[in-house]
Amino acid sequence: MRWWTFLLACSAVAAAVFFAACWLANDYYFFAGYTVLQFVVLATAWNILGGYCGYVNFGSAAFFAVGAYTTVFFHKALPLPIPALVLLAGIASGLIGLGTGYLTLRLRGAFFSIATLALAVVLQTLVVNWNYVGGSRGAYVVRPNEVALIGSYVQYLFLIMLALAVGALAVARAIERSRLGFGFATIRDDELAAEASGVPTLKLKLIATTLSGALMGMAGAPFPYYIGYLEPASAFGLPYAVNAIAMPMIGGTTSWVGPLIGALLLGTLQQVATVTISSAVNLLLVGLLLVGFVIVAPKGIVGLVQPYWGRKRKRAEPP
Amino acid sequence: MTAQLLEVDGLGKRFGGFVALDGVDLSIAPGERVGLIGPNGSGKSTLVNCLCGTLANETGSVRFDGRDLSGLVAHQRTRLGMARSFQLPRPFPSMTVGDNLRIPLLYAVNARPGAAHLSVAETRERCAELLGLVGLAGRVHDYPRDLTQVDMRKLELARAMASDPKLLIADEAMAGLSHSEVSDIVALLVRLNERGITVILIEHIMRAVMSFSQRLVVLVSGKKIADGRPDEVIRDAEVERAYLGQ
Repeated sequence: MRWWTFLLACSAVAAAVFFAACWLANDYYFFAGYTVLQFVVLATAWNILGGYCGYVNFGSAAFFAVGAYTTVFFHKALPLPIPALVLLAGIASGLIGLGTGYLTLRLRGAFFSIATLALAVVLQTLVVNWNYVGGSRGAYVVRPNEVALIGSYVQYLFLIMLALAVGALAVARAIERSRLGFGFATIRDDELAAEASGVPTLKLKLIATTLSGALMGMAGAPFPYYIGYLEPASAFGLPYAVNAIAMPMIGGTTSWVGPLIGALLLGTLQQVATVTISSAVNLLLVGLLLVGFVIVAPKGIVGLVQPYWGRKRKRAEPP
Repeated sequence: MTAQLLEVDGLGKRFGGFVALDGVDLSIAPGERVGLIGPNGSGKSTLVNCLCGTLANETGSVRFDGRDLSGLVAHQRTRLGMARSFQLPRPFPSMTVGDNLRIPLLYAVNARPGAAHLSVAETRERCAELLGLVGLAGRVHDYPRDLTQVDMRKLELARAMASDPKLLIADEAMAGLSHSEVSDIVALLVRLNERGITVILIEHIMRAVMSFSQRLVVLVSGKKIADGRPDEVIRDAEVERAYLGQ
């Protein structure tokens, strides 16, 4: 399937999802669906660096928060429509990704992960002390009730996140089947051998951190409008970092399908648990599932299914 | 005097207080088959790493194909036409044998300035040709984990060859192989040389080195102590002392 066919197919599915939610005529579905889709974007973004290149990022929440705080900043400084904010947030967190990559990618394995964790702490401290965006008090972002043509605001946000999810999946899938994707895989497998084969590893890793960071920031951009009140503790919250890692790990990290499955499964499960049990059970569920999968199926759900299904399919040819 | 393909001048490298390479000079003409020997820890692999850009040398210079290589990282040197195989095979385990060969085709051959990009069909053809050359034809869809040790070495050499090099540095391509497997690899290296590729062979197995090399270079404690015709070099008193003691 060519990438634009894939994009069309994804868009068709997305449209079906949207109209199904409209048909149910309950704003709660949009409200819960937004969170699940947000995790689809986050998990897919994490997987570009973590799954394809093998560099584990513990600082996903920081990139997400950069996106969210870009919105808060512009909400006060220069009100813009959300799609523009998404773009700006993508640029801001993409640049932070590039900078982080440049400073930390000479580190490998656990050291890189620790550095990303440190990045989250540094950025959170910065935001806490930045009065303009609310500091530790947080910031209120008052959203309109209605949007022309679409209806309620939460439907509008849902639609934006749906488009972002489709975009993220299309990007991830395009990378996977390109020269870039092959290059990423050599970095995951053996960096020394990759260099010896002519792969410019540093450049590729920078592309990965930038793309991954930008997508995470984009996922965070509509968040202040969704939640209405943003404070550092929630924007930099542990759930984002944990989910961004757990979802691809549970779904499978080697292809774009894995993070999608992981995010849909875990995201929905968390929403159900929030309503039926309590919101505190969320992370416990994620933790238990992650431990279970790491032991029983280290290659995730995709890894479990692949032997029965993938063998018959011939690998895609690179360009 | 004809232009040399590789000119190493006063190459030096230390690891803390340990001098791994101490002013090594070496020049290699296009099309030559050179053997590089030396006891364990004599600096052979460090020399390879400095030539290929995996390690940065502290003193001296490396010129390759008329170009100074200082400041160039490993992948840039590969693109200039210097390929290496690793002492312990380092295939990309998550990729098939065919995809392992595609990487240098995509990233070294296609990235050369002025080179025309290979089409998908050309890439596939080139993979098949390389696998045929090393005797792995028909294994294009296998994974490296399915290969035997000797086939893994062949894959390693094929991947180095895929970058279409002028110079191939084979770092102990035969360690741990049986008698007939060693002969296999030597024959393969000679075939590659006949295609016009200059080869440096780093090896402990003297039978292989002696049958392959037109010239033999000996490193001991980071210094070059001999450089000349193989039969003369192994009779050299200093070389005998280094290997057998006094």
